[in-house]
Amino acid sequence: MWCRIGIVAFSLAVSSALARSAVPSAQRQAELESLLLQDCGSCHGLMLKGGLGPALRPQVLAGKPRQWLIDTIRNGRPGTAMPPWGPILSDADIAWLVDRLLRGAPDTGVRP
Amino acid sequence: MKRWWLLLVLFSGPLFADDCALRGTGDLAIVIERADGAVQIVETTHNTAVARVEGLGDLSHASVVYSRDGRYAYVFGRDGGLSKVDLLCARVEKRVIQSGNSIGGAISQDGRLIAVSNYTPGGVKVFDADSLELLADIPATWGDGLRSKVIGLVDAPGNRFVFSLWDAGEIWIADMQDPRHPRITRFEDIGRNPYDGLITPDGRYYIAGLFGEDGMALLDLWHPERGVRRILDHYGRGEKKRPVYKMPHLEGWAVAGDRAFVPAVGLHSVLVIDLRDWCELARIPVYGQPVFVEARPDGREVWVNFAFPNNEKVQIIDVETLRLSDTLEPGKGVLHMEFEPRGEEVWISVRDRDRVQVYDTATHQLLRELLARKPSGIFMAARAHRIGL
Repeated sequence: MWCRIGIVAFSLAVSSALARSAVPSAQRQAELESLLLQDCGSCHGLMLKGGLGPALRPQVLAGKPRQWLIDTIRNGRPGTAMPPWGPILSDADIAWLVDRLLRGAPDTGVRP
Repeated sequence: MKRWWLLLVLFSGPLFADDCALRGTGDLAIVIERADGAVQIVETTHNTAVARVEGLGDLSHASVVYSRDGRYAYVFGRDGGLSKVDLLCARVEKRVIQSGNSIGGAISQDGRLIAVSNYTPGGVKVFDADSLELLADIPATWGDGLRSKVIGLVDAPGNRFVFSLWDAGEIWIADMQDPRHPRITRFEDIGRNPYDGLITPDGRYYIAGLFGEDGMALLDLWHPERGVRRILDHYGRGEKKRPVYKMPHLEGWAVAGDRAFVPAVGLHSVLVIDLRDWCELARIPVYGQPVFVEARPDGREVWVNFAFPNNEKVQIIDVETLRLSDTLEPGKGVLHMEFEPRGEEVWISVRDRDRVQVYDTATHQLLRELLARKPSGIFMAARAHRIGL
């Protein structure tokens, strides 16, 4: 429950910055958070510390252009195991995921 | 009142530690609760939860092998953790962090060695099964000083381990006759990006599935000098491959008679191999991209689960007709299926419902549900006595 509250608080704080692409609803954000950890986590690890795919922690992603990250999720990385998520996720979903990755887990410090 | 409770806890600690069950372990199983770094110990005679063991680290991609006496489970975690769990006392007996990032492991034929396959740094480490002391480090080197991620590690007769190199496209055999000085045999150019490997129950054939191209790589361990042979070459020919949102797994060997069943990568198909000539016999259309393709132990049926976003169903193939005979819908996030050793029941983890379900395999009816937090892999202790598990 604390997790969702954290997300809602965050989304209120930055909703104006993301106004161009509609911000996913609180329920959708919870679904995306679960998708990120459980399904992206299949390859990148539940802690996003990497696996078959690279680590996706903020310190690893620092310096990578936001648009490049968006393109990577949307189109995948041909020649690697990274699939395109464009057929499954909306632009708003992908933008939310990229920002979530860049700022780190909302629960940092609670779980290892 | 509170202080009284605290005293009770303090004094009862050692008593609980000695409170180990006096029972066999043959009907026990471990369920990974991957988000919690915990495992549940369950028993499959009455289908109940027995105990929960915590403190196993990051179990994003966890697997388990068992000591030959069936008392200990070796749990391999994503964070490089190797934990030896005592099933009877329900506690972590020993635990080492042996790498930065690992994917799975195996126990040697003689039960004395535990091997772990690692992504970072890429390679295999071999430990003493009793003490978890490091005995051998096998870096998966290739190209110009590169290290490859290692997948598909299995035990093979002759106290050997066999594994595949994801980045390098190689299969290696490590002969562990002298545990501190493994002898390595390398097979190069076996195909691009092997994603997992299996060994047949007799320990003769090692097969790596390929992600980077259509086909599988077959190694006859009776005749390693004959090299690796490509089978099911170009099985996806003419079909549009779909994005792969979860890697398939090869585990055990779904064999029924002289047919084997394997997942097709990027296709909504199960491939049927004719074991007499290793050729594709049939391709069975299914609901999604298969992840696990598992034969019921009697070989009459093959059960299949699927990758995201089709992971809410399980389909059952009738082996005689090669047709789908049933579709079950356990719920979103079906991650694993494990048959009880004689096959009368199957355990299915349903991650998003926080449940493990037990089905009657004759009637396909749900018998029981157990609570488990984000369950993933289910591992029966009966694996202790099987090659390649």
